[in-house]
Amino acid sequence: MSSTTSSALLLGRRLPNVWDIVAILCVVAGLVGIAHVARGTMVPLDAPNAVAISLDPINLPNYAARTTLRMFAALAASLFFTFTFATAAAKSRRAGMLMVPILDILQSVPILGFLTFTVVFFMNLFPGRVLGLELAAIFAIFTSQAWNMAFSMYQSLKTVPNDLKEATYSFQLSGWQRFWRLEVPFAIPGLVWNTMMSMSGGWFFVVASEAISVGDNTWKLPGIGSYVAAALEARDIWAVGWAILAMLVVILLYDQLLFRPLVAWSAKFRFETTAGATGDDPWVLKLMRRTRLLGALGDAFGFVLSSIGGMRLRLLPARAVRAAAVPSRGVDAVWLLVLAAIVAFAIWKIITFCAEELAWNDVPEVVGLGLITMLRVIVMMILATLVWVPIGVWLGLRPNWARRAQPIAQFLAAFPANLLFPPVVVAIVYFHANVDIWLTPLMVMGTQWYILFNVIAGAAVFPGDLQEAAANFRIGGWLWWRRVMIPGVLPYYVTGAITASGGSWNAAIVAEVASWGDTKLAAHGLGAYIAAATDKGDMARVVLGVVVMSGFVLLFNRVVWRPLYEYSSRRLAM
Amino acid sequence: MDVRVETTNLVEVRGCRQAYYKESNADLVVLDDVNVSIRSGEMVALLGRSGSGKSTLLRIVAGLLLPTAGTVLWQGKKLTGPADGVAMVFQSFALFPWLTVQENVEIGLEAQGVPRAERERRAEEAIDLIGLGGYESAYPKELSGGMRQRVGLARALVVHPDLLLMDEPFSALDVLTAETLRTDLIDLWSEGKLPLKSVLMVTHNIEEAVLMCDRILVFSSNPGRVASELTVPFPHPRNRLDPAFRQMVDDIYALMTRRPAPTHAPSKEAALATPIHPVSTNLMAGLLETLAAPPYNGRADLPAVAGALQLELDDLFPLGEALQMLGFAVLEEGDIRLTDAGLAFVGADTDDRKTQFAAALRAHVPLVAMIRQVLDDRGNHRASAVRFRDELEDHMSADYADETLRTAIAWGRYAELYSYDEEAEQFSLEELE
Repeated sequence: MSSTTSSALLLGRRLPNVWDIVAILCVVAGLVGIAHVARGTMVPLDAPNAVAISLDPINLPNYAARTTLRMFAALAASLFFTFTFATAAAKSRRAGMLMVPILDILQSVPILGFLTFTVVFFMNLFPGRVLGLELAAIFAIFTSQAWNMAFSMYQSLKTVPNDLKEATYSFQLSGWQRFWRLEVPFAIPGLVWNTMMSMSGGWFFVVASEAISVGDNTWKLPGIGSYVAAALEARDIWAVGWAILAMLVVILLYDQLLFRPLVAWSAKFRFETTAGATGDDPWVLKLMRRTRLLGALGDAFGFVLSSIGGMRLRLLPARAVRAAAVPSRGVDAVWLLVLAAIVAFAIWKIITFCAEELAWNDVPEVVGLGLITMLRVIVMMILATLVWVPIGVWLGLRPNWARRAQPIAQFLAAFPANLLFPPVVVAIVYFHANVDIWLTPLMVMGTQWYILFNVIAGAAVFPGDLQEAAANFRIGGWLWWRRVMIPGVLPYYVTGAITASGGSWNAAIVAEVASWGDTKLAAHGLGAYIAAATDKGDMARVVLGVVVMSGFVLLFNRVVWRPLYEYSSRRLAM
Repeated sequence: MDVRVETTNLVEVRGCRQAYYKESNADLVVLDDVNVSIRSGEMVALLGRSGSGKSTLLRIVAGLLLPTAGTVLWQGKKLTGPADGVAMVFQSFALFPWLTVQENVEIGLEAQGVPRAERERRAEEAIDLIGLGGYESAYPKELSGGMRQRVGLARALVVHPDLLLMDEPFSALDVLTAETLRTDLIDLWSEGKLPLKSVLMVTHNIEEAVLMCDRILVFSSNPGRVASELTVPFPHPRNRLDPAFRQMVDDIYALMTRRPAPTHAPSKEAALATPIHPVSTNLMAGLLETLAAPPYNGRADLPAVAGALQLELDDLFPLGEALQMLGFAVLEEGDIRLTDAGLAFVGADTDDRKTQFAAALRAHVPLVAMIRQVLDDRGNHRASAVRFRDELEDHMSADYADETLRTAIAWGRYAELYSYDEEAEQFSLEELE
C-alpha cells in the first residue's frame, strides 16, 4: 500500500555521489538567494496587518473555508509541478541526473524554517497587497506537498511495463496521448496515496503559515491558523478548543468527501490483471456511481478530460527506438559545462554570503544544538515505537478492530498537531514543568500515527498460514515477536517511521518554542535556534540553521533509514 | 454409544460439527457429525472436493480450530489448543521468508526450548533425510517450489511428531516435482525412516490418495461428512498402471460422481440456494467439443478425460456438474456423457450457441432466469446487483454468494441475456440489441 517515502528510498543510492553534492549546493544556494533578496527589502514593507482576527466562534466556518481553499490551491500547484517536473526528470536522462537528487534533498529541507523568507519574497512581488501573503502561505503548503508527489510520479513513470509502452508505440499514440492514456493512469494509485499523505502534512503547514511574524511585524491571514495564534495572544483556551473542533470537522469532511472516494476510485488503475479483493465503495463514490445526476456530471467531466488526453499532439515524429542508442557526447559536454557553471555560481554565492554574515564559531554551536534535537527525535521515536508497535500488531491481527482503527489513525495523522500544542503549553506553564523535557513530546504528537497505521497495515496482511505455522509449532512469547511478528511488520514499520522521523524534525521548529500570552517557552535545540533567528529577522542564522538541520535529516536518512529499508525490502518482503 | 476402546488410536474425532453463525438465516454448516479415528502406524487420506470441509477438519485435529460441537481426543485426552506432537505441512509451504532453511527447520525446536547444539544436530539430520543437504543457508525465496516443500517437511519432521498433518502438500507444485516428492516420501515412510507414528493428509487428487495411503476417507460436500471409507490393499511400492490400481481409482470417481437420490422436487426457493461454481463458458465449450470428437464420441471415462486435458479433480468436477445442470451432459458412474442438447450445441455456430446457451440458462438456472425476469418487468430495465446478492446470502455464505453471482454475470453476458455495469453494480438490458 504505502509508497510514501519508499519511492525515494527505492532508488537505492546510499553513499552520496557527485550528483548529490551538486544538488545540495544548488539547493543551499537557492535558499541563500531567497534570503539575500528578502534581506534587502525587509524594512520598507508596508504590512497589510489591518486584518483583524475575531475570536468569535461564529467566524470559524469562514476561516475554515479560507484555510481549506489555500490547501486546494496549493494542491493544484503541486499537481502541476508533479506533472511537469517529474515528467521532465523521467523523460530526459540529463535532466534526471540533477533533478532527482534535488528532489531528494528538498524532501529533507525543513521549509517551515524558511517561511519568513518566502513571505517577504512574495510580499515584494505584490507590495502592500494581501495577495502576496496568500501566495506565500500557498507556497509554504506547496513545499510540504510537492516533493513526494513528484517522486511517486517519477517512480511510476520509470516503471511503466515495457509491453504496455511497446503497445502504445505500435499503435502510434502521440507523446501527449501516451502520457494521458498510459503513464498518468499507471501513476494514479501511487499519486493519490501520496497526495493524501501530502495533504496530511499540508494542514500542519497551513496552520503555521497563516500567522507570520518577522521582527516587529506580524502578518495574519484570515484562517484557522491565525485564529489560534490570536487565541494564544489573548490567552483564550476556549477559542483554541473551538478551533480544534472546526479543524476536526474540516478534516472529516475532506476525508469523507474527497479522499476516501478518490482512493477507492484509484484502485481501478492498479496494475493487476486479476481482480483483487476490494473493499466496499465509500458512500460518496456509491452516490456518484448510483445517482443519475452525479453520474452524468462525472461522465461529462470524464469526457472532457478524455478528449483533452486524446488530442494527437506530438513533439517529435514517431520513430523506432534504437536498442542501444549512444548518447551524444557533444550535448553531454555542453550540459556538463552548464552544470559546472551553475555549481560554481552556487559556491560563490554561498561563500560570499557566509563570509559576510557568519563566523566559524557559529557552526559548532549550531551542530551542538542539532545533536540535542537529534537526541529528542531518537528518544521520541523509540518511545513511539515501544508504544505503537505492540498496539498496532494487536489491532492488525484482529480484522474487526483493524478496520475500525485504521481510518482513525489516518485521520489523526492528518490532524495538524500544532493546534493541539496550546493545551500542553498551558499545562507546562501551570505546572512549571521542565521545558526541555515536556516540549519534546509535541514533536511526535502529529507524526506517531504514521507508525501506528503502517504497523496495523503490516499486521493485517500478515499471512494466515504463517500464523497457523507459528501456532502449530507452538511458537510463543518473545520468540514469536523475534522470529515471527517483528520481521513480518518491519517493512511497514520502516515506511511509517521514515515519515514520522522526517515530520518530527520539521515539527521541532514549532515544537521547541511555545508561547502563552506573554509567557514564552523555549527548549534548547536547533528548532528553537531557527525560530529565534526568524524572530530577530537574522537571515544568515536562519540559513545556517536550516542547512544544518537538512544535513542532519539527510544523514539520518542515509545512515539509519535507508539501510534498514533496503534490508527489510530485500530480506523480509513476503 | 461407541464403547470400543482402542488404545492404539492416536486421534479420535467424535460427532464433530463446525458451523458458522449467520444472522439472517440458518447457520452455515461446514462439517456435520464427523467421526474419524487415526490409528498408530497408518497413512490416511481425507479425499474430497474443495469446500467440503476437509481442510477445516485437519485444522481441528491440529488444535488450531475449536469445533462448534463434538470432541477431539488426542492420545486419549481432550484437545483444547495446538497439540504437542502434531506437526503440519502447509499447501502454501508457510515458510518464514526472513529465516534461512536451517532457521526455518529449527524454529519448532526453538519453541520447545531445545538447546542450540542439539537443535542444530537434529535440524541437520532432518535436512539430510529430506534431501536438502547443502541448502542450509539459503532463504526460501531462493528455492524452487519443490525444495520449499521439502523445507516444510523437514520443519515438521524435526520435532519428531507422532502425527504429521499435510494439507494438500503437493497441489502447489508442478506434476513432475510433485511426483518426485511423493515417491521420496513414500520410500522414507515404507522404510520406516520417518520419525512419525501416523500421517493424515488432505487431498483432492484421487490417484495421489490411492498411491500413498492405507485408508481413504471420502468427503461429501454441503455439509462435509465422511461419505465412505476405503482401505487400500496394495503393498508399497504401488504401480499406477496396475489394473487393480486403475480399478480402484475408477471406483472412487464413480463414488464421487454419484448423486444422492432427490428426495423431493426442489422448490424454487431451494433451487436458488444452489451455489454455482465459476466455470468459464470457454472451458464448457471446449469440453463439449472434446467429448463430441473421437476418440470419445460422446462418452468418456472421467479419469481419462482428466488425464488427457490435464484437469485436476477440482477443475473437472465443477465443469461436469455445470454441464449437467445446464442439460448439456450427464455424469454417471465415473463417466461423462453428452446429451442431445450438448451435441446440438457443439454443431452450432457462434450465434446459435449463444441462443442455445441462453435457453438452457433460463430453463435450468433459476438465478439467471430471475435476473432477466426482473429486468423485463422494470420500466427502466435496470436492477441493482445488491438485491440478488442479499437474496443469495440468505442461503449461502457471502463468498459463495459472490462467486455464484459472478458466475451468473459471466454466463448471462455470454448468452447476451443482460449486461452488467461493474462500477454501478447494476444489471441492465442496455447494449444488447
